[in-house]
Amino acid sequence: MNPFDFITQTLRIAVPYLFAASGGLVAERAGIVSLTLEGFMLSGAFTATLGSYYSGSPVIGVLAGAAGGLLFGLLHGIATVRFRADQVVSGIAVNLLVIGLTQVILMLLFDSSSNSPRVEGFQAGLSGFGDPLVWMGLASVPLVAFLLYKTPFGLRVQAAGEHPEAAASVGVNVRFIRYVSVAISGVLAGLGGVYLALDQHQFTNNMTAGRGFIAIAAVIFGRWDPWRAGAACLLFAAAETLQIQLQGVGGIPSQFIQIIPYVLTIIALAGLVGRAVAPAALGRAEE
Amino acid sequence: MSSHPIRMAGIDKSFGPVRANRGASLDVAPGEIHALVGENGAGKSTLMKILGGLIRPDAGTVEVNGGDVTGWSTSDAIAAGVGVVHQHFMLVPTLTVAENVVLGNEPKRGVMFDRTRALADVNSLIQRTGLIVPADRRVAELSVGEAQRVEILKTLYRGAKILILDEPTAVLSPPDVRELWTVLRKLRDDGATIVLITHRLDEVIDISQTITVMRAGATVGRMKTSETTPAEIARAMIGRDVVLSAPLREAVGGSAATAEHALAPVGAAVLEVTDLAVNDSRRVRVVDGISFAIRPGEVLGIAGVEGNGQTELVEAIAGLRDIVGGSISVSGRDITRATVKERREAGIAHVPEDRHRRGLILEYSIAENLVLGAQQEFSRYGLLDGDRIEEHAREQIGKFDVRPPSAAPAARTLSGGNQQKVVIAREMGRSFTVLLAAQPTRGVDVGAIEFIHRQIREARDAGKAILLVSAELNEVLALSDKVAVMYRGKFAVTLPARDATPEVLGPYMTGGKSRDAA
Repeated sequence: MNPFDFITQTLRIAVPYLFAASGGLVAERAGIVSLTLEGFMLSGAFTATLGSYYSGSPVIGVLAGAAGGLLFGLLHGIATVRFRADQVVSGIAVNLLVIGLTQVILMLLFDSSSNSPRVEGFQAGLSGFGDPLVWMGLASVPLVAFLLYKTPFGLRVQAAGEHPEAAASVGVNVRFIRYVSVAISGVLAGLGGVYLALDQHQFTNNMTAGRGFIAIAAVIFGRWDPWRAGAACLLFAAAETLQIQLQGVGGIPSQFIQIIPYVLTIIALAGLVGRAVAPAALGRAEE
Repeated sequence: MSSHPIRMAGIDKSFGPVRANRGASLDVAPGEIHALVGENGAGKSTLMKILGGLIRPDAGTVEVNGGDVTGWSTSDAIAAGVGVVHQHFMLVPTLTVAENVVLGNEPKRGVMFDRTRALADVNSLIQRTGLIVPADRRVAELSVGEAQRVEILKTLYRGAKILILDEPTAVLSPPDVRELWTVLRKLRDDGATIVLITHRLDEVIDISQTITVMRAGATVGRMKTSETTPAEIARAMIGRDVVLSAPLREAVGGSAATAEHALAPVGAAVLEVTDLAVNDSRRVRVVDGISFAIRPGEVLGIAGVEGNGQTELVEAIAGLRDIVGGSISVSGRDITRATVKERREAGIAHVPEDRHRRGLILEYSIAENLVLGAQQEFSRYGLLDGDRIEEHAREQIGKFDVRPPSAAPAARTLSGGNQQKVVIAREMGRSFTVLLAAQPTRGVDVGAIEFIHRQIREARDAGKAILLVSAELNEVLALSDKVAVMYRGKFAVTLPARDATPEVLGPYMTGGKSRDAA
């Protein structure tokens, strides 16, 4: 395989990770744990499929997918910000809820326990770069970096995640900041799911297959910085591309390559590669 | 009609069954520094939270600059020029000084945060006020004194004309305190009105023009500083004449106290620490080669600004923190690698600095807290022996004057002073040879301070070796035989108590001077 193909395939594989990690990063920097990314992605994939199926337009699919992610983002926001639920518990609940709901609705609408009918996607072209979602995914990293580091909102997000009481004491509405942040994470992660569904022209059961967790791993490995998290996504995607390329070559079992993101994350958390310092108020409700 | 910046009257506020304010009032004249004093739990902070818009009063009126603002919000208060400098810093450590100052009121260029202008604005504010801090430095890298200046800058940036400072000197070294006074006087002269919450009488006398005294939620006195005496203020605070313990005597203007001894320290050292090195949780060396020895009947007091390794030093000796290098022995027995349990058996008693985190299990009853660590002694057939635990509790509660005197309530229900007495009762109510007392009187009322100091003196006279760590310099000076100043993980100086005065020790506390341990 030539290097050009390797790079394009890596970028395509990285798209859902980039979306989800960028979104998760915003929420985590605001102090909301992003174990929900898997659920946000899956809900985005599902509603995008519905949108495209009923309208015949992938653009409507994208909007529907973003709305699906937003919906569950706000649900997680209401549970954790409004009702101060434990963020990990709420995150797991959201993930399980989305898996269950998509299965039930799939059965009700399409009488299938495994997949939706074929839906319209974008004309991706041979390299895959005809798909606007690829470009959006790549753009999500600088977008989030700009939001976080260059805008007043970003400053407030950082304050809300590090010391919400300090932010509140100068009149920053921490709840509002956290709602908006978790909504952004829902929309972006949802778009990651949209890419998967429209790229495959259908929804299949649990099609995100743990990609949301890899995105969280990228956020941690990237030490909660958008650029580094984006680089981590590319690294994980490159490992996956390599694994696909090596299939059939024999020698290395594919599982070894699949565990690379998790091993790197544990290494990052153990402080062996610099130090991973989470936002201080991550997971803590505002006082 | 009133031109008074602050006028609060008839303020009531309850939290559940606790009446934090009952008919409290406060009347502050323009351009003065007004001290609001009272024991812990007297309702000072509650009253100021009402003024700052953090909580609403149940009854009463709040007027600011002549207008009724009862029940306003934090942002209303900020907009009206009322700024609160909180006791616990409200700063985001990962952001820079300038970012912290402008947070919530960020200068913008288009949709972007104008970082350049923020920096310029904050720098010019720093120039104008003399509150010197590096504006582009991250707050995590600042000293405590600098962090406090940032807090004041925050309120001034928002146009505060009325400044409320809640116990601002609790964490400062003497030179930092003097600098703070200079800044506050300058702000007052520029037209600001300042309310200073404190329980240190020496500060009240130093800086204020008018004093309001609170006790048990009510305002019990208002006087001109120039027309009153420390004894009168203390009487108003406590509601009775007290035999002031040494640090308070000093605070109220008496001569520097020295530890009056029943017995001179004798014999071989009981606690010996040699070249001790300890890291904090970020693996930064915070205790850096400390050596000392304490003999029976001797108190070694460690002074210094908090965060210079005192916490880690005590925790390392108590067995709560890993030791990187050096050794510790008690009565000649090496305990460097011993477990906490073994250390307790070797004779170490530990009054930890944070009674909520380390000292007590707040949900447990007082009786249960009193036997923590000694459950085996209070067990029969492997089960806890309720009767004996109860009897033990009754005994200790009487002996250590815990109020109210009942064993069953959760430790959470006690006041800070009485919680501390429970910790002291557990640690000093059993046999021990070495006492580690970290911030033993933090956040407790004057009566309890008096009591705890007496316990420490009695332990000393009974031949115990005592390591005292306190952020209250007066406390260290009043109780110690030897005084060491800890700065950046080392003893900057060690002196006999008779040579130690705030003036001598001050420079060592800020790293201005250092000398090898004597």
